[in-house]
Amino acid sequence: MSERHVIDPITRIEGHLRVEIEVENGHVKDAWSSGTLWRGFEVFLKGRDPRDAWFITQRVCGVCTEVHALASVKCVEDAIGIKIPDNARLIRNLIHGAQYLHDHIVHFYHLHALDWVDVVSALKADPKKTSELANSVNPNAPKSGPGDFKVTQDKLKKFVNAGQLGPLTNGYWGHPAYKLPPEANLMAVSHYLDALALQSRVARLHAIFGAKNPHIQTYLVGGVTCVNDLNADRIGEFIGILEETKSFVDNVYIPDILAVAPFYLEWAGIGGGLKNYLSYGMFPQKGGEEPGNLWFPRGYIKNRDLTQVYPVDVSKIEEEVTHSWYKYAKDAPLHPSVGETDPWYTGI
Amino acid sequence: MCRVKKEYSLKTVEDRLGILESLDRREFLNFCAKITATLGLASAFIPKVAKAIEQGARKPSVIWLHFAECTADSEAFIRSTYPSTEELLLNILSVDYHETLMAASGEAAEGALKSAMAENKGKYLAVCEGAIPMATPPGPAGVPGGYLTLAGKTGIELAREVLKDAAAVICVGTCSSFGGVQAQRPNPTGAVGVEEATGIATLKIPGCPHNVINSVATIVNYLLLGSLPATDKHGRPLFAFGKRVHDQCQRRAHFDAGQFVEKFGDEAAKQGWCLYKVGCKGPQTYHNCPLVEYNDGCSWPVKGGHPCAGCSEPQFWDNMQPFYERLPDIHLPGVEASADKVGFTLVGGAAVGVAAHAAYTFANRKKFDGTLKDE
Ligand code: SF4
Repeated sequence: MSERHVIDPITRIEGHLRVEIEVENGHVKDAWSSGTLWRGFEVFLKGRDPRDAWFITQRVCGVCTEVHALASVKCVEDAIGIKIPDNARLIRNLIHGAQYLHDHIVHFYHLHALDWVDVVSALKADPKKTSELANSVNPNAPKSGPGDFKVTQDKLKKFVNAGQLGPLTNGYWGHPAYKLPPEANLMAVSHYLDALALQSRVARLHAIFGAKNPHIQTYLVGGVTCVNDLNADRIGEFIGILEETKSFVDNVYIPDILAVAPFYLEWAGIGGGLKNYLSYGMFPQKGGEEPGNLWFPRGYIKNRDLTQVYPVDVSKIEEEVTHSWYKYAKDAPLHPSVGETDPWYTGI
Repeated sequence: MCRVKKEYSLKTVEDRLGILESLDRREFLNFCAKITATLGLASAFIPKVAKAIEQGARKPSVIWLHFAECTADSEAFIRSTYPSTEELLLNILSVDYHETLMAASGEAAEGALKSAMAENKGKYLAVCEGAIPMATPPGPAGVPGGYLTLAGKTGIELAREVLKDAAAVICVGTCSSFGGVQAQRPNPTGAVGVEEATGIATLKIPGCPHNVINSVATIVNYLLLGSLPATDKHGRPLFAFGKRVHDQCQRRAHFDAGQFVEKFGDEAAKQGWCLYKVGCKGPQTYHNCPLVEYNDGCSWPVKGGHPCAGCSEPQFWDNMQPFYERLPDIHLPGVEASADKVGFTLVGGAAVGVAAHAAYTFANRKKFDGTLKDE
């Protein structure tokens, strides 16, 4: 006997997502996911001044801010054959790298963690044992004394006892799918709060050379505009926050992953998709032209083998609408450069 | 400045106001008066507010709805430093529904929404992020508003249901305020701001995304006085949107002296001169960016050498474009120029295609924005 369940909305993501699953004997047999918002970027970009395009595409996502801006300025530059100044290349690399840092931290702690951290179980933890756990995972762990974890636990107690659970309302607390012992949960809750404060600082890396975050505003077809920020103060502050962030990643984030992973080993085999991946590459290095000069290589990965990156023939890329709420004039896949954008809603 | 707007008055918070009244009122009013000028005062004061609220009163319930948006306003909100995001989430507000932060999904999330609405009927703050698409998608399943569905309801259905019992509705970002990015020509989804879609009055904190200083200041105002701050004709709080960017800009002296960046990367750009001729929309934009800046006072676009795009103005995506062309009809000190004489210094090859488009925009801009001045 199989049954269908709908999960709508899926939370802690950007955007609007609905997932329907078919469950048989306690296992998911099949699943369907749908994005339930359409805004029409492809439509309203048409006819705009190409210099404005990056400003618009950046609004595709405010969680992974900047990345769609960068893709757009690079496209326009490629189309009209602009080579950007070397300082602009460096600034873009720094801003884009800062986005990697911010996005990973927020994704791991604030978007993902509540799927494997039972916050309520943290109330039962022994702060002293939590401290021992933290120090066994990483002897350099900051804020890892019994008193530190007691502070977090007291905060949490006060919050729960006040009776207004806010974002924790109706969570799946106590569900057997949560595998961490109370001490690991308390450690993770502590780091959730630490990361909440830290991510504001990491975002400041964008503001230093990008004027603000989310949605930086110093990119430009042809380079960057932040010439006045190329001074010792700004560079010094950038390095300072970068080091602070690196220390958190090395001493908290990665040790947390290593501490949590053994409890959820069965998850390691899930989510690989078709095991083939495509990357356009990033972080152009000094001199030389792309694509041969990218720090993060361009190409595709076959069957999860990261040792080999194969070249991509972009003329072979096709878009299909069979499983989307679009229709094409002819029933055949199209190359993106001649793609059509005609919404056609057939319902869920 | 802190005039109590009756329609927003919080009816059932006598208990909380009683506690709050014990605070030094003058200190608050002082804070309110200077809120556009400095964060320092806010940071010294807000912990007291938090403390007052902690001393027994219920935290106000916040229901945060996401419509057609990119989540940058949620991200902006969690960049708060005074008070910290942790303090906002744990001690000041009870954020009972927020799709980006909440633990629950699906039915459990819907349940959280229903109980927050029932338990706080008439008392919750509804915060809206994103525009509401009103058009009907083509195709056999197309219904009005069908470009966005949440738990099987359209965005407009959900908005009507939740907003009608809110004590106040606050729009964060330009999308919920005025329609935003998806509402630009040709607005394929018929996206509009929340007030236009629902007919329910909203306080608007535009910006793309909004500045968290302004949403937090609005919330502080609400917690202390039980009302939202006084607004301009667009529904934007005067403390943040009462003055033009141009009149608060650090580069203004260069504008007055006729010293302009003519082309990005020129000597004038290195000198930090005025960006008006490369497209700055500061002269017709009301926003406090130059004073409060972003990310804890770190920077703002003109400081970063980039023109202001006018992102807090209604329909700025149409009215302020092209972003790198200067505004028409503004008298330049010591310079003879009009909009159509400004060359395309950067994207030479693309100039012809966009010129006709630009002409269309200039001709139509006044139609969209009554605040435009001819000088
Ligand atoms: S035009 Fe822009 S850069 Fe120049 S003074 Fe006004 S706001 Fe500042």
